[in-house]
Amino acid sequence: MENPVLSAQMIFFAAVFTNNILLANFLGMCSFLAISRDLKSSIGLGMAVTFVMTVTTAINFVVYYYILVPLNLIHFRFIVFIIVIAAFVQLVEMIIERYSPLLYMVLGVFLPLITVNCAILGVSLFMIIREYSFIQCVAFGTGGGVGWTLAIVAMGGIREKLKKAPVPRGLEGPGITLVVAGLMSLAFMAFSGMIQMQ
Amino acid sequence: MIEILVGLAAMSGLTAVLAALLEAADFWFLDYGEVVVSINEGEKEITAKGGGKLLDLLADNGIFIPSACGGRGSCGLCKVRVLSGGGMVLPTETPYLSPEEAKDNTRLSCQVKARNDLAIRIPSEYFNIKRFKARVESLANLTETNREVRMKLLDPTEMNFKPGQYVQLLVPPYKGSPESVSRAYSIASGPEDKSSVSLVITRVPQGLATTWVHDILAEGDEIELSGPYGKFHLRDTDAEMIMVATGSGLAPILSILLQMALAKSHRKATLYFGTKTTGDLFYTDQLKELEGRLPGFRFVPVLSNVPEGETWDGETGMVTDPIKRKLEKEGGEGKEAYLCGNPFMINAAVKMFMEYGISEDKIFYDKFG
Ligand SMILES: Cc1cc2nc3c(=O)[nH]c(=O)nc-3n(C[C@H](O)[C@H](O)[C@H](O)COP(=O)(O)OP(=O)(O)OC[C@H]3O[C@@H](n4cnc5c(N)ncnc54)[C@H](O)[C@@H]3O)c2cc1C
Ligand code: FES
Repeated sequence: MENPVLSAQMIFFAAVFTNNILLANFLGMCSFLAISRDLKSSIGLGMAVTFVMTVTTAINFVVYYYILVPLNLIHFRFIVFIIVIAAFVQLVEMIIERYSPLLYMVLGVFLPLITVNCAILGVSLFMIIREYSFIQCVAFGTGGGVGWTLAIVAMGGIREKLKKAPVPRGLEGPGITLVVAGLMSLAFMAFSGMIQMQ
Repeated sequence: MIEILVGLAAMSGLTAVLAALLEAADFWFLDYGEVVVSINEGEKEITAKGGGKLLDLLADNGIFIPSACGGRGSCGLCKVRVLSGGGMVLPTETPYLSPEEAKDNTRLSCQVKARNDLAIRIPSEYFNIKRFKARVESLANLTETNREVRMKLLDPTEMNFKPGQYVQLLVPPYKGSPESVSRAYSIASGPEDKSSVSLVITRVPQGLATTWVHDILAEGDEIELSGPYGKFHLRDTDAEMIMVATGSGLAPILSILLQMALAKSHRKATLYFGTKTTGDLFYTDQLKELEGRLPGFRFVPVLSNVPEGETWDGETGMVTDPIKRKLEKEGGEGKEAYLCGNPFMINAAVKMFMEYGISEDKIFYDKFG
């Protein structure tokens, strides 16, 4: 089940830049648009996504190859991945509520949003399709999260600047945000083709 | 057939494992056991189940901390000093804490979670705050948007309030508002009758509490409230008073005037009551009558908007306009200001008073909103 073409480092790099899950695959758009109003929340959400993406990719790898495949149950993978992600997020929320009120304040409001973040499910599904090894999966999960963070933090920074910019009336708010997202996606297209990831 | 069974069993097993894991986490992480809260160096000690908000824990044990937002962290009224066990100050609290308050461990009790034993200090007046059951005696529409709610206190039967203070009305869940909420309303009635209270409540479009009061509450209903709260009350001096009210902000001022009438006060006092049109004025007869009973009192309604064809020989413009003219002539030194109502009006008026030399410690107000 090893994908022979790419090393783990390569996959990490690709997931951050050339195949950014947000700007190349357009996954996780809703929270990207909703929470990127300022830098601080962008960083908070980015951190939460990176953490959850890394760990759930690893758990889903184990569940898929050690439970679903041997039992011939791979047709259950969507629902299983979703349940695992949701349960994990809930668990993390409980733990940080108990042990770190500060982290809870920073991440608490974002965690529920992540339960249904399609980028996180997307990464779990891609790793199966691309037949990654465990190490590759973890690299892919972390890279996906870092890439997503990079995109939302860039967007947060741009939107902070936009608050002071003379945006045409009709474009204010969601309009200009979508235009900016489109331009960022175009910019990231410059990387495409550097690494072939299917 | 076997495949289906294996599928069902595997899925059920997996879900069961996750559910068990979450149950265990709930048990291990979210059970804080019993905590002991010691108030004012052991003056009172409460033992209760931990984990919830300090504000709620205290209220469940008969100690009511002022709060106008019902624990959402948006009013900043629920301050107490947490001497030990409060953990770190949260970012939601910092906007409400002055540098001195931050230093002496003042916290918002709705943001502090009672997760371990706590030692706190509260002003002793707070012990006077109680929860009441009351019956709605009468409902009267004073204007299109203002409704007077008069209630008889049932249990306990008397409230020792200072005129100017407010109560928290507990609004039960109703269609369109799934959770109970509580909101602050100033007492409009005077101190002569301690067994009933009246409030003046302005309808706020889509407001949870005000919609309930205007559309659902009926005479004879039993309701719950707590009080009295607040530091807005008459100061015992001889200084000339300038009183300013907009909308239902008239309520606590009326209560103060009734207190002055009861004490046969000769203090000089002028009330400026700002509304849009004559239709928005209320309690006019009572205020006229008070002018008769209080030799130093004058009532000045100020309309911002006189419709065409209506005659009005009183003041017009912003409520602050006639006050400005008065202060221009007399200056502000030695006067006290009492304001209630719309926060925008209060901000503008406080700024003006300070410009005319009324010092900040002589300006008293309650912002509604
Ligand atoms: C110390 C104090 C004393 C008060 N005394 C009185 C009183 O005597 N009479 C009285 O009518 N009110 C008084 N208020 C205001 C009252 O507590 C509520 O805030 C108000 O009635 C709205 O409650 P709601 O549940 O209907 O609206 P909510 O459901 O809380 O709010 C609905 C929407 O209306 C907005 N909103 C809230 N309040 C206002 C407002 N005042 N004007 C315009 N928009 C608003 C909110 O931002 C929200 O978007 C007092 C407030 C304080 C802090
Ligand atoms: S109750 Fe309003 S801020 Fe705490």
